[in-house]
Amino acid sequence: MPLLDIRDLRIDFGSTRVVDGVSLSLAEGGCLAMVGESGCGKSVTALSIARLLPTPPARYAAGEIALQGRDVLRMTPAELRAIRGGVVSYVFQEPGASLNPVLRVGEQIRETLRLHRPREAGETEVARLLKQVGIPAPEQRTRDYPHQLSGGMQQRVMIAMALAAAPKLLVADEPTTALDVTIQAQIIELLAELRRQLGMAILLITHNLGIVGDLADRVAVMYAGQIVEEAATGDLLRRPLHPYTQALLRSAPVLGRKQDRLEAIPGTVPVPGQWPAGCRFAPRCPMARAECREQVPVLAPRGGDRLVRCPFAET
Amino acid sequence: MPLLDVQDLRVHFPVRGPLWSRPTVVRAVDGVSLTVEAGEAVGLVGESGCGKTTLGRAILRLVEPTAGRIVFDGREVTKLERGALRGLRRRMQMVFQDPFNSLNPRRTVGESVGEALDIHRLAPNRAARSERIAGLLTRVGLDPAHADRYPHEFSGGQRQRIGIARALAVDPQLLVCDEPVSALDVSVQAQVINLLRDVQRERGLAYLFISHDLAVVEHFCQRIAVMYLGRVVETGPARAVCRQPRHPYTQALLSAVPVVDPQSKRTRIILTGEVPSPLAPPPGCPFHPRCPVAEGRCRTEAPALRIGRDGRAAACHLAAD
Ligand SMILES: Nc1ncnc2c1ncn2[C@@H]1O[C@H](COP(=O)(O)OP(=O)(O)OP(=O)(O)O)[C@@H](O)[C@H]1O
Ligand SMILES: Nc1ncnc2c1ncn2[C@@H]1O[C@H](COP(=O)(O)OP(=O)(O)O)[C@@H](O)[C@H]1O
Ligand code: SF4
Ligand code: SF4
Ligand SMILES: [Mg+2]
Ligand SMILES: [Mg+2]
Repeated sequence: MPLLDIRDLRIDFGSTRVVDGVSLSLAEGGCLAMVGESGCGKSVTALSIARLLPTPPARYAAGEIALQGRDVLRMTPAELRAIRGGVVSYVFQEPGASLNPVLRVGEQIRETLRLHRPREAGETEVARLLKQVGIPAPEQRTRDYPHQLSGGMQQRVMIAMALAAAPKLLVADEPTTALDVTIQAQIIELLAELRRQLGMAILLITHNLGIVGDLADRVAVMYAGQIVEEAATGDLLRRPLHPYTQALLRSAPVLGRKQDRLEAIPGTVPVPGQWPAGCRFAPRCPMARAECREQVPVLAPRGGDRLVRCPFAET
Repeated sequence: MPLLDVQDLRVHFPVRGPLWSRPTVVRAVDGVSLTVEAGEAVGLVGESGCGKTTLGRAILRLVEPTAGRIVFDGREVTKLERGALRGLRRRMQMVFQDPFNSLNPRRTVGESVGEALDIHRLAPNRAARSERIAGLLTRVGLDPAHADRYPHEFSGGQRQRIGIARALAVDPQLLVCDEPVSALDVSVQAQVINLLRDVQRERGLAYLFISHDLAVVEHFCQRIAVMYLGRVVETGPARAVCRQPRHPYTQALLSAVPVVDPQSKRTRIILTGEVPSPLAPPPGCPFHPRCPVAEGRCRTEAPALRIGRDGRAAACHLAAD
């Protein structure tokens, strides 16, 4: 039984569909990356796992989210409280915005401990957690307020707080987007290390395909509320099949590669409510043909262990 | 003679410490020398807080330099009277990271672009004015019929195009771009970079291009300057510096750039620790507390930045020249 099994999830905001039939599966200790341009529905999908979306305006229109075999969408408030933190914890892009500015960081971690592991909620465990995420002199740092820490340190504190609950699944939504490359490298290294040590599964959300290879076993590419390709990381990065994945990989400049012009994807991601009929990528797709604007492509198996939503993708 | 010549520039901000302590200064820019030739793109890279934005703003005199000289096209910017700055800003413009915050939400796009024309009295009459606005919007890939729309009706990439149109309106020679593509998705980032390169070629524009993305800088810029704690620690032709960095900090920065290729077997230099505070920069080489190859003298002697015959320089006692 997978740790997380999302089946055909559909989410609306008001009368607008924003997540449109997403299925994902993540084994214990595994790491799955979700990539795609902003506005594709990555964060909404991620927040739904612990039912963190505000309802209304959000509405779970269809599907199921099985966490350890139990559907989150049918859980009682008490059951939800138990899985939040205890089974699934979150780390977000802006560590500064997620920390309480008037509470010392040690106290914030202790609060999480009290909730999930009350018997261990002491100085020693707080210091151990801070040490585990690579904060030097943790005994002194516990008395700092968030603003006294750099962005990289704040993100480490956020990760320590997530770990305090001893979750089975860590959802990291753009955890390094706000950080410098040097600090980004440290945080990715830390996540990989924690995964090895603790056997914790990670759902990594990012728009940076460069950090995917260092951490994830599998990658799901999202476009306009749907998954358009899902494959093992190496296969997807070496040989992307969906025209959107190909275009995404080609558009970023690469160190050491000489090229006069970058291969931009024309246009922009269509916003929810204005998804084109037929294939949603058709208006920007270099391979689009007449049929693409009428036929809705399905996410179909392609060669072994891969799913692709494009009937014309070459294998 | 370079178009822009910055010599030993310093920008120190006074800050108040705790009550009983003496007033102190943040050395945001601490002795930077740098040139930009006409038509050339120079990239400025470095970690957050190293002084990139402050340097860019000081060059336009949007913040007052504490010491040093800035010479633009033969005239000393640092000596200009406040009133003479308008002429300077016609020839140097800035493009910001967040296109949303840099546009007035209550002005239509046409008004924002037209405002620059008005300040510098560049349109003799209404017809000429609308024609120029339409031409500028078309040039940056926007529909001129959208001139009467407001910023919130545009996507991030489109707003950045509007920012570029507004900067180009006054026909400048130098654009200081502060992280112009950092807030954009890669696909749209590529569109904007291609646009910046096209206008560079058409108009012979020069750029000071601030970014923390080394791959973008290597692609877009002819030369590069790497900053650390308010100083330039390495400079040279962009390709050469990225292929064979000489300063240990540049080496670490490059090795930290994520690469997509899952096959690549790079050894990553993971820097320990954080950037030290510009309130109390370390003595000797400012990089020594994080440098993986620091030796004794690094703690006391500050290495100098001397530009060699190949146009390259690295401020490091151990760097080979
Ligand atoms: N007005 C000010 N008063 C005091 N300190 C300032 C002021 N402006 C900037 N600083 C400080 O000067 C240093 C350099 O800041 P700057 O904004 O130039 O960095 P940057 O390299 O552009 O960073 P980023 O990549 O985060 O944009 C920082 O330590 C900053 O906190
Ligand atoms: N609280 C909300 N109310 C209305 N729309 C929302 C809300 N949160 C997200 N959306 C919309 O849902 C879509 C997907 O958003 P999101 O999951 O955040 O994208 P991503 O994380 O892929 O960038 C976007 O179009 C966004 O505007
Ligand atoms: S279905 Fe057509 S438009 Fe869509 S990705 Fe495939 S080729 Fe492109
Ligand atoms: S001078 Fe010393 S500390 Fe500084 S970069 Fe060179 S080796 Fe490292
Ligand atoms: Mg998001
Ligand atoms: Mg800046």
